[in-house]
Amino acid sequence: MNRIVSLTSGVIFGIGLTVSQMINPAKVLGFLNIFGEWDPSLAFVMFGALIVSSPFFHLFKKRKKPVFAESFSYSNNKELNKKLIIGSSLFGAGWGLAGLCPGPAIASLALSNKSSVIFVITMFIGFYLADIYTNK
Amino acid sequence: MLNFTPITAFTGGMIIGLAVILFFVLNGRLIGISGIASNFLTTKKNRIDNFLFLIGLIIGPIVYKLFTQEEINISISNSVFLLAIAGLLVGVGTRISGGCTSGHGISGIGRFSLRSIIATVTFMIVGILTVLIKNII
Repeated sequence: MNRIVSLTSGVIFGIGLTVSQMINPAKVLGFLNIFGEWDPSLAFVMFGALIVSSPFFHLFKKRKKPVFAESFSYSNNKELNKKLIIGSSLFGAGWGLAGLCPGPAIASLALSNKSSVIFVITMFIGFYLADIYTNK
Repeated sequence: MLNFTPITAFTGGMIIGLAVILFFVLNGRLIGISGIASNFLTTKKNRIDNFLFLIGLIIGPIVYKLFTQEEINISISNSVFLLAIAGLLVGVGTRISGGCTSGHGISGIGRFSLRSIIATVTFMIVGILTVLIKNII
């Protein structure tokens, strides 16, 4: 059952990225271009997602276990450190360069264009490099 | 504001929120795409679930196309160099900071995590500055 949920959540998430046009790098760059021809649309993606999901986090926090798993498993890291700021800054720079973040990049593989493939491969290399660096 | 599309953006956002709820309430996990993708690469734990989620993510746009009969138009850079640098930065950055637009921006902020709020503000500011600098150069 877990696996069906994982696949289904992925499909729904991918549909959401497409409907919202977050899958389109030009749209993302328009959102980040606040000093130029700003397109604030993508702020509404975040609003929509938060309005729907946030109440559930708070309602279900007190429940002992999720429906199809033994326990909730997610990081409850509260640490505020240099790694958080440096990592987020590097991510922001990459996001602003290409207009792609991990979700839309992977979803856009469906559209079989070369650019998404290059981005996703180098992103995975990046994950790997970060692990080498942090495990030192 | 020629391209302002608040209604489709909000609707798409709510659909994304629905996926986040399902994954949380049923599987007990939070959606963060960089986490799911990088853990798929680096750990055995939940590997099949992570794989299926990522496959689902690719199926999503295809399902959309089948139902709406609409082409999905995206405009993306052709520069291999720029894409490779951006991909590396996004991969390294999200792995070090433990999240991306979805993990920090939705799942984290939705739980009122200060860590995620700081991360989101940081990558938004740097993203905005990057676009600004790119436009000047």
